[in-house]
Amino acid sequence: MSFNPNIVGFACQWCTYAGADLAGNLRCKYPPTIKLIKVPCSGSVEPEYILESLARGADGVLVGGCHYGDCHYKDGNYKTSRRMTVLKKMIEDAGFDPRRFRLEWISGAEGKRFAEVVEEFTRELQELGPNPVKEDA
Amino acid sequence: MAEKIKFGFLLAGGCAGCEMALVDMSEKLLDALGHLDVVFWAPTVADVKYKDLEAMEDGYIDLAFVDGMIRNTENEHTVKVLRQKSKTLVAFGACASLGGIAALGDCHSQEELFSQAYKDTFSTDNPDGIYPQPECTWEGKYDLTLPAFTNRVSTIDQLVEVDYFVGGCPPHHDFIAQLVQAIVSGNLPAKGSWLTSGKAVCDICKRNPADHDQKRLPIGEVFRTVDGRPDEDKCLLQQGYICFGPVTQGDCGASCLNVNIPCRGCGGPIPGVRDYGARCVSTITSSLKDDETAEEFVKKFNDMAKFCYRYSYSAGILNQKLTPGK
Repeated sequence: MSFNPNIVGFACQWCTYAGADLAGNLRCKYPPTIKLIKVPCSGSVEPEYILESLARGADGVLVGGCHYGDCHYKDGNYKTSRRMTVLKKMIEDAGFDPRRFRLEWISGAEGKRFAEVVEEFTRELQELGPNPVKEDA
Repeated sequence: MAEKIKFGFLLAGGCAGCEMALVDMSEKLLDALGHLDVVFWAPTVADVKYKDLEAMEDGYIDLAFVDGMIRNTENEHTVKVLRQKSKTLVAFGACASLGGIAALGDCHSQEELFSQAYKDTFSTDNPDGIYPQPECTWEGKYDLTLPAFTNRVSTIDQLVEVDYFVGGCPPHHDFIAQLVQAIVSGNLPAKGSWLTSGKAVCDICKRNPADHDQKRLPIGEVFRTVDGRPDEDKCLLQQGYICFGPVTQGDCGASCLNVNIPCRGCGGPIPGVRDYGARCVSTITSSLKDDETAEEFVKKFNDMAKFCYRYSYSAGILNQKLTPGK
């Protein structure tokens, strides 16, 4: 495929980041499209970070956190979930394709799942094409 | 006494509400006028023409206020000229600093805006669908021009350098009095800052649960203002009426809250906030009880972008990069 999407990933250090680590240990294959940023908790990902990434030309943003009940800080991921529901609607109403933004719960034991998500998201973004705000980024 | 401060005031794409707020200072304005020499106040108060402004030396005006957003080529031009002629330029009010209500027009295409304004409204009689044109020739010999509509609404600082920002739609007159006082006495913070107290509306609001030794609880049900009448003493957010007080600057003295209306954010973001709408989402939704409440919130407010960015659409991180109406 000609277009290689650029994905910014925010990964919670307790679950999704560990999951990405495990994907490496398991020698899982996934496209080199994602640039992971380790964060203390998915609840610490401000919606501003996501908008900033998209405004600066990221083709997609992935936020990864712990499954419900697994949050190291008890309820960080619940807050993430509520925020991202509303943020998605806000992005859509502002005229931006909400499919460029994805929220996933991936635990430290789900290395394979991490690889699958990145692969799937990359494919979706390839179908969507480059981020429309990119040229003047 | 020191020499008078040469003062200019320009209404760009606004509604003149900020001028009204300045006049509302009443006696305090008279005191201030003793220190001010009004050299330019257009197009509302003083009879000074744009060409007079253009004829001034660079840096002639000591202090200039701009209210209103950049909506057409005339605004673009005059703001640029005013910047050149002024030593200090203040973006005055929500429109100038953040885009204001008019910036919500960017959620629609130019065609939609024009047909609404010049064709579709009930009181408009325009069967031929004639829209204003930037240029036309009348009777084959007179070339007439009008300012052209810009693609997007811009804030003042997106076009020229701005020294200070003031929020509010319009800024509260008590607050303007303090502001003018600060300017007259030369007691100003670093350039690029907001001339505000930096406190949130909740800090000022009499309903703040913290002032009544009450705990903030998660919100289980979301209401719109049309859904009923909120309790006059309790925190609106706690009652489920979405209020942007936590992230908005409270130099208004929580005026809206005092009359039982939730804050909609005209005061501008509290310090440290880069994108007002995103921070609203962040703050409000983390006080909701569960995912179902978040879903209900999304369902009840059918345009989340217009809701969260009511006064600050142009200042949003992503919004300036989107094509209007897409």
